[in-house]
Amino acid sequence: MQKHRFKLLSALAPIAALGIFAGSCGIAQADPVPGVTPTEILLGGTHPYSGPASAYGVIGKGILAYFAYVNDHGGVNGRKITFKDEDDAYNPAQTVQLVKGLVEQDHVFALFNTLGTAPNLAIRQYLNDQKIPQLFVSTGATTWGTDAAKYPWTIGFNADYQAEAVVFGKYIVQHQPNAKVAVIYQNDDFGQDYLTGLAKGMGAKASQIVKKASYEVSDPDVRSQISTLQASGADTILIAATPKFAIQSLADLGQLGWKGETYLSNVSSASTMMAAATKTGGDAATNGVISDAYTIDPTNPALANTPGMKLYKDVLAKYGQGLDPNNAFVLYGMAAAYTMVDTLQKAGKDLTREKVMDAAIHLNENNPFLWPGVTLTTSPGDRFPVRELQLLKYGNGGWSTVGSIIDARK
Amino acid sequence: MTNRARVPAANIISFAIAAAVVAVVPWILPPYISFELAYAGAYAIAILGLVILTGMNGQASLGHGAFMAVGGYAVAIAVSRAGWPPEAAILIAAVLCAIFGWLVGMVALRLSGAYLALATFALAVSVAPVLKRFKDATGGAQGLTFSTAHAPGALATVLDNERWLYYEAWLLVGVLFAASWFALQGRLGRALRAIRDNEIAAVSFGINPAFYKALAFAWSAAYAGIAGALIANATAFVSPDTYALNLSITLLIGGVLGGLGSMWGAIVGGFVVEFLPLWAQNISTAASPLIYGISLIVVMIAVPGGIVGAIQRVAHTITRPRAEGKPERST
Amino acid sequence: MLSYRRSNRPDRVPHLGASTIQELAQQIVSGLATGSIFASLALALVMIYRSMDVINFAQGELAMFTTFIAYQLIQQGLPMWVAFPLTIVISFFGAVLLQRTVIRPVERQSQLTIVIVTLGLLITFNGLAGWFWGYEEKSFPSPFPTAPIHLGDVTFSSQDLGVIGVSLGALLLIYLFFARTKLGLAMRAAALYPDQSRVLGIPHGWMLALGWGLASAIGTISGLMVAPIVFLDPNMMQSIVVYAFAAAVLGGIDSPVGAVVGGLILGVALNLLGNYVDFIGTDLRLPVAFAIIVGMLVVRPAGLFGKRRLSRV
Repeated sequence: MQKHRFKLLSALAPIAALGIFAGSCGIAQADPVPGVTPTEILLGGTHPYSGPASAYGVIGKGILAYFAYVNDHGGVNGRKITFKDEDDAYNPAQTVQLVKGLVEQDHVFALFNTLGTAPNLAIRQYLNDQKIPQLFVSTGATTWGTDAAKYPWTIGFNADYQAEAVVFGKYIVQHQPNAKVAVIYQNDDFGQDYLTGLAKGMGAKASQIVKKASYEVSDPDVRSQISTLQASGADTILIAATPKFAIQSLADLGQLGWKGETYLSNVSSASTMMAAATKTGGDAATNGVISDAYTIDPTNPALANTPGMKLYKDVLAKYGQGLDPNNAFVLYGMAAAYTMVDTLQKAGKDLTREKVMDAAIHLNENNPFLWPGVTLTTSPGDRFPVRELQLLKYGNGGWSTVGSIIDARK
Repeated sequence: MTNRARVPAANIISFAIAAAVVAVVPWILPPYISFELAYAGAYAIAILGLVILTGMNGQASLGHGAFMAVGGYAVAIAVSRAGWPPEAAILIAAVLCAIFGWLVGMVALRLSGAYLALATFALAVSVAPVLKRFKDATGGAQGLTFSTAHAPGALATVLDNERWLYYEAWLLVGVLFAASWFALQGRLGRALRAIRDNEIAAVSFGINPAFYKALAFAWSAAYAGIAGALIANATAFVSPDTYALNLSITLLIGGVLGGLGSMWGAIVGGFVVEFLPLWAQNISTAASPLIYGISLIVVMIAVPGGIVGAIQRVAHTITRPRAEGKPERST
Repeated sequence: MLSYRRSNRPDRVPHLGASTIQELAQQIVSGLATGSIFASLALALVMIYRSMDVINFAQGELAMFTTFIAYQLIQQGLPMWVAFPLTIVISFFGAVLLQRTVIRPVERQSQLTIVIVTLGLLITFNGLAGWFWGYEEKSFPSPFPTAPIHLGDVTFSSQDLGVIGVSLGALLLIYLFFARTKLGLAMRAAALYPDQSRVLGIPHGWMLALGWGLASAIGTISGLMVAPIVFLDPNMMQSIVVYAFAAAVLGGIDSPVGAVVGGLILGVALNLLGNYVDFIGTDLRLPVAFAIIVGMLVVRPAGLFGKRRLSRV
């Protein structure tokens, strides 16, 4: 139930304002299980719809589309899902306030797919203290899986960045044992995770990482960093960058005549990004780039006939007005939403927070939105729902698979 | 020459009413609203600093988020690494920021207009990179988590965390507002305003602009530091994302919307900063930037002197129907 | 308490040698290219400042929004050489309209009030662009060939030369406009001596509108050049505006020449600071560059080419 909480304040009439205010916010009766009625499950979430990370806001819309689809097809154990998603502009102080509001005013049943490492860190203690599930958070940091003992009410979703970098590291050692590796990375936990994982994956050969260069999200371009890396004598480069900077890196490398191997983080591997890089940097910029995926790339023609893509298109056709079907983030949102629905289903008709949490750590699902063959499993000792990746190589305008699916945490 | 501050009865009455309202609110409204009001109070303190620096002294700052960052991290580091009580940390935050603000003020002495804007802007954009560089102290990009503030000892049975934070914030609001009001009554206030109106003429009156301008910076920085400390206390988490460029801009927006011409404007400004984005979201999450942006434009066109400025003008017209000759100065 | 682990730092160039001279040249060349991006937007900021004494923080978002309009026109099938001039014209008249409707009511108010309105415009246009076109990166065609040119080991592209050339060309046009045309003279008069120029019959309001129109047109040109390089999305200009602001102030906020010089210097300085000063690195180069600019302002409070305003007491 939405309650308006706008404030009209005048320095000369604070009491009048309070009167309006107190009247508009009655104390709601909390249901026996908060957020659950015989007909409805209320979930809460935060995504950055504004501010520098607003590119990820569309994930929330993908989730809403999928929930609408599920609701129209009987809901979950007879209940419809309502997802109240709010804009925290990637500001953790804002996230804390919004989540408190969702919990204490809206009485949500659980938090779902809250986005961002810092925002999730900010709310984790509070949610765990209140014993409210913090489900399938939208970040690839490793802490959601590794710190489960301290924070049992929290679970992640994304294949974590470190694991991905470990896969790259092992692959390099296996296929290019004498590689000299350079890394361009975003200067935050996301980029740092790649550095850690790469070194781990390369093991004894980590000393072959000859050059690292970081960039800030506030940088206008990355030409300086790319020329430094290219001049370092490296023959292999890892691009641990978000889409805008990854595309620029690829284009710049193409311009500089880079002839080495290129590894790319999966957050930037959507075909639309690669096409953009090719347009600017030429085919040389993108041919042979190695990346990976765990969700379906909606613009990859090879996957067009998978059940996941068909479901995706069906959902968007009816419930995704205004959404760009080529946007990989929309599909990611649906992938997470699928898992959420699966978890609620497994928790049964008699829903409690404990049951949902228990269901979340006993998952074994075939999520159609994941790359064919990638499974999603959790167990009490393993809180990394997605651990498998499919390596890919780019060429002739598209991605093709390299080898079989790898378990990144092995 | 200092005048003994004579407090007009009207001010005492309105202060008393406000104090009574503030005291009672957390028992009427749900705890999470008290939580949000604590944030509003903290922002009000920061904006009060801007009222002094920009409204009274004419130096616009685009960088006060940086002082809030210093305050916030001071609390975070003191509480999580050194185990200090948060209240002591708030005091440290104020002192550190005052010193830092003084230094900034000294640098900014010869600057005005766009040049001053850039110098303060430089502070705001430097926060995140510096915090990330010294990650051993600051926790880097992942920030620092620390324990939630709670009322000390026996009080904790009566006051839950949200109410404690609320009272902490609004007690400070009351104390700092009263203190500022008194301090600004006499020579200090006149000197600040004289420098704003015409620095060279002020010099001819024997006022040392360097001292007062730096003082205004130090003062407003200390307030911003306290605000940052309060908010960090409430959030129990700090990270570079908390103090992005946006924050400094938002403080300025709140201040101008509230009205930099009077201290009440800071209170309104605090509410604007805290509740305008939430209000815009409640109307439509997807369209909230549009609602927010358009509201700014509309309010500025309608009431260029800020909300409180407009109310004061209206009140003036009502109580004194005979129009005065000189138009009121807008900040 | 404040320590700084070597292992966390990105690496530096190890030693001097022939190859590093090449690398130095490369960094300078890339710096000039990036700097010319700053310069182009800085010119727009200077234009508005000269007419209104206000930094128009919305300049970048207006540039971005109009670039999206060009994108849309091209998507609809218009060839680039039609879409670009058309967009510039739309941008000019759109800005004039904006000034007459939104800025005019607050023209006479304090600078701060006007600044808040520009911030409101910034937020609004950013939101509008996101609303209409979403936030995913889009590629954008470049008016210049992007094929790389190699001079020794130094690589750049005709696009880089093009951006520098266009910025210099815009600078020249602005100079000619202000110095050699009656309209330009009228605009300068309206900005510096509003009351006297009104007496002379110069329509002050329309001069301001003209200033906005021209600034927006320049901003659009900047956006059209920048989008192919950094890829088009609603947040594309935000980081550039930060640097353009610094460049404009460095050069003197009322000097178009200063804007271009400031931009180029800033671009090169960022690269050199980031790559050759061990302690700074790519992560601290922004704060350090800003600190140096502020330091310079303490010595020359009006920037490199700015004029000190002398006012009567």
